[in-house]
Amino acid sequence: MKKSLSIKTIVAIGIGSAVYVILGRFLTIPTGIPNTNIETAIAFLAFIAVLFGPIAGGLIGLIGHALKDILMWGSIWWSWVFVSLFIGFAIGFYAYKVKLEDGVFGKKEIISFNLVQIIVQIIGWGVLAPTLDISIYAEPANKVFTQGLVAALTNIISVGVISTILLISYAKTQSKGSSLTKED
Amino acid sequence: MGKPIISFQQFSFKYHSQVEPTLKNITLTINQGEKVLILGPSGSGKSTLAHCLNGLVPFSFKGEMTGKLTIKGKETKDLDIFSLSKIVGTVLQDTDGQFIGLSVGEDIAFTLENEQVALEPMHKIVQETTQLVGVDSHIDYSIHELSGGLKQRVSLGGVLVEQDLDLLLFDEPLANLDPATGQYAMKLIDQIHQKQEKTVIVIEHRLEDALQLEFDRIIVIDEGEIVSDTSPNQLLASNVLDKVHIREPLYTKALKYSGSVIHPDQNPQHIDQFLLTETNKERLNTWQEHYQKEEKPIDSKPLLNLDQVNFSYEDKKVLTDLSFTIQRGEMISLVGKNGAGKSTLAKVICGFEKHSSGTIELDGQRIDQESIFKRANRIGFVLQNPNQMISKHLIFDEVALGLRLRNVSEKEVERRVHKVLQVCGLYPFRNWPISALSFGQKKRLTVASILVLEPEIIILDEPTAGQDLKHFTEIMDFLEQLNHLGVTIIFITHDMHLMLEYTSRALVLVDGQLIADQSPVDVLTNDLWIEQAHLKRTSLFDLAIKAEVEDPKQFINHFISYDRKVRKTWQ
Amino acid sequence: MAVKMLGYFERSSVIHQLSGFTKLVIFLLWSSAAMLTYDTRILIILFILSMIIFKLSKVQLKEIRYVLMLILFFLLLNNIAIYLFSPQEGVKIYGSSHELFSIYGRYNLTLEQLFYQFNVTLKYFVVTPVALLFIITTHPSEFAASLNKIGISYKISIAVSLALRYLPDIQRDFRTISQVQQARGVDFSKNEKITKRLKNVVSIMMPLIFSSLDRIDTISQAMELRSFGKHKKRTWYSERPLSKLDWYSLLISIFLFIVIIIVTFHDGSRFYNPFN
Repeated sequence: MKKSLSIKTIVAIGIGSAVYVILGRFLTIPTGIPNTNIETAIAFLAFIAVLFGPIAGGLIGLIGHALKDILMWGSIWWSWVFVSLFIGFAIGFYAYKVKLEDGVFGKKEIISFNLVQIIVQIIGWGVLAPTLDISIYAEPANKVFTQGLVAALTNIISVGVISTILLISYAKTQSKGSSLTKED
Repeated sequence: MGKPIISFQQFSFKYHSQVEPTLKNITLTINQGEKVLILGPSGSGKSTLAHCLNGLVPFSFKGEMTGKLTIKGKETKDLDIFSLSKIVGTVLQDTDGQFIGLSVGEDIAFTLENEQVALEPMHKIVQETTQLVGVDSHIDYSIHELSGGLKQRVSLGGVLVEQDLDLLLFDEPLANLDPATGQYAMKLIDQIHQKQEKTVIVIEHRLEDALQLEFDRIIVIDEGEIVSDTSPNQLLASNVLDKVHIREPLYTKALKYSGSVIHPDQNPQHIDQFLLTETNKERLNTWQEHYQKEEKPIDSKPLLNLDQVNFSYEDKKVLTDLSFTIQRGEMISLVGKNGAGKSTLAKVICGFEKHSSGTIELDGQRIDQESIFKRANRIGFVLQNPNQMISKHLIFDEVALGLRLRNVSEKEVERRVHKVLQVCGLYPFRNWPISALSFGQKKRLTVASILVLEPEIIILDEPTAGQDLKHFTEIMDFLEQLNHLGVTIIFITHDMHLMLEYTSRALVLVDGQLIADQSPVDVLTNDLWIEQAHLKRTSLFDLAIKAEVEDPKQFINHFISYDRKVRKTWQ
Repeated sequence: MAVKMLGYFERSSVIHQLSGFTKLVIFLLWSSAAMLTYDTRILIILFILSMIIFKLSKVQLKEIRYVLMLILFFLLLNNIAIYLFSPQEGVKIYGSSHELFSIYGRYNLTLEQLFYQFNVTLKYFVVTPVALLFIITTHPSEFAASLNKIGISYKISIAVSLALRYLPDIQRDFRTISQVQQARGVDFSKNEKITKRLKNVVSIMMPLIFSSLDRIDTISQAMELRSFGKHKKRTWYSERPLSKLDWYSLLISIFLFIVIIIVTFHDGSRFYNPFN
């Protein structure tokens, strides 16, 4: 597994983390329920993980989330940062399953991608985040499990809608349609 | 002249992603210490040629190579990108996107860091390099704080820290620079050449500006092949440039239009050393007498009016007391050096930024309290980089976006989109993915997506940046057609050709203040404004003086209208 | 942007003089200690120490007022949430119940709960000043070098440094893109239905992603041409050699960290219990 990172992957980690910070800071969608927003940063993370693989995905999750926390709040909520790492990493494995550069992202891929993301995010936000919150921060169990569940739900929606659209659009730009003809 | 340093022998290269080879059968030798310009239109293969020299081809961009390329006696395919970078130093085109370090010193040190140079010698080398390129007083500055010209110097410094380089390669060093800074950049390259005696290769398509540097040879490349390899004077005397659609220096062009033949001995590569014969002068004078003033009918009704507009950003004053009026149907240019506040002014007019005082009126009504969204129905803004605007996959959908978001019925959307696509010449491609379009077509697409909202004014930010003459003409003629349809157009630009050839008025912005509101010919012949706004005096003026033309400004006007008629025949 | 994010402040103070490496190590030790311990005595000592360090840095309170208010607001919300979800958490932890008054059902107020929530809050007051100082006194260039020095691969360190380097550029891209899209009618505020908002967001993300992918290509080329990745190690222009001050600070903080861990865990519990 310990392959040397290519320059492009390293740069993607850097730029990807910066994009994560900016989206996390400036582009959230209010759901209408107080203090519950849909995060676009997580949708970006899932997308970029599929593009660049698990190592880039995991590191963008880690660096992006940690930087966002520290630049916004002045401190890092490590348990959730770790979950972003986990999600970027785990979804990144899906990169080996699809050939985005060949422009393939059809129905089959949409379903499998979403299955992967739902499972990964339930484990991440629903189990890992609260468990870490309890063991690191000694927070009350029912509070952190509720928070984790809400996060799982909103993030599944975010990735399910936004990342799916992003992946479809990206795949389309990669297909060099050879049969293009001008119409009158 | 030294030994050969580069030698291509029947060299061809084809990218894996492409059907046709990009470079075909190149045979070329460049000697140590030479200064060579590689000239060619977009897509000619000149950048690929540069990539072959620095190793990006084939080590980063994969493809098939045939023939031989040797650098310093070794075949490149036996080398690797690291050993090549010890011989060839490359200054990339996009000065903004290639900085890795946060501060000047840190960025310049990048190569040394990778070479594991110890801290003490590294700081010493960086210090020396900053002196060499003249940024020693800015060594601790953040890259973000620098002007375009200083950035260029820093990127050159970052390459020159590798002190044993044999060859410096500049990939379009003039792109994105204002004319004055461009001039400066070429002088800097010349100084470095004189101090260090390295071989210099410059890749460009802006010939007149590049000629600031005295090249030994100019190699013209078109469609992957070398079409000419000769001295600058020989090239300017020939008619090669016309065939490959490279803009030749305006002064030699004018001479040719007037019916003169240029001889290499006249030294045409610099306007100030150019020896004009009496026949040359005579012909220029007779030629310009044919000038007919073209009156463009403008119903001088004021459309956009700014009165005492001020804007500050983070406590810094960006725009100061701006007042001007734009008439309906005008095409005007907004010029000034980088950071003068041109884009900010456009953003204030469009409501992207909130002005701190003053009034903005459109058609007699105040609009400065209206939202971005509402103003967008009447004023459109097209960004320089089309990739920052395009958000859809299909051309039709991209243009339709603004209408659909305004809840226009789908039938009406279709009608209006089709109409706009026809105007923009994109109708045959309406069901294509945007990714299949060329840069120029993408540009037109972004204009279409704004035009569909039927604005009265369109503001375009550097619409022709990085475009060669053919694409420049294509884009500008298209915009002119729009103008004839009644759209008022404001160009933010530092392209003097755009200014001179297409706009009737130029607003000159310096440090957020309007210093001139005059015809482009007046601006480009006024040395004070030229200096303040980082422009460059047009060589047509120098030629007119040399030829003892009575009215230099009329001469310039004649050239412009004549030249545009000639270029019209290309389509 | 109307709302600024935190960043480096140039100042000359003892804290600024410390090398980035020292500050990174102290920051990591400090936040681990504060994360692990619930020993109130330790937390109070750390809090006093963090105030002293803050004073030494010559950073004015008003310069970080905005972030401070944000944190206080978050703490308030978090405290309310903890109480609502688990009013008996303190009783569970400390094993006794000193009721002050009862509100409704299991919602009474106990000394234990108050003390527990006091500890939770105090932990923030311990971590935040040091974390804030770390950001505003460490030059971002030095940060990458420091990461590499504590053993993180230089490739990842460079990635972090690129993130910091390009943050302002991407922020500017984002701002322009969203303004242009707003002009076209893209609306992601509360005026729109949520499904539409989700779609609208894509029309901002798409251009941002594509221009960022372009950036990735350009920067990779530039790095490749400038010998990045040639050797297994690299040096850092912004690295500062460790001074005496650095060594003393490092030694003191490591010693302190060990003491904290011993005191916290010597009786097998992270909590200091004043109730028995």
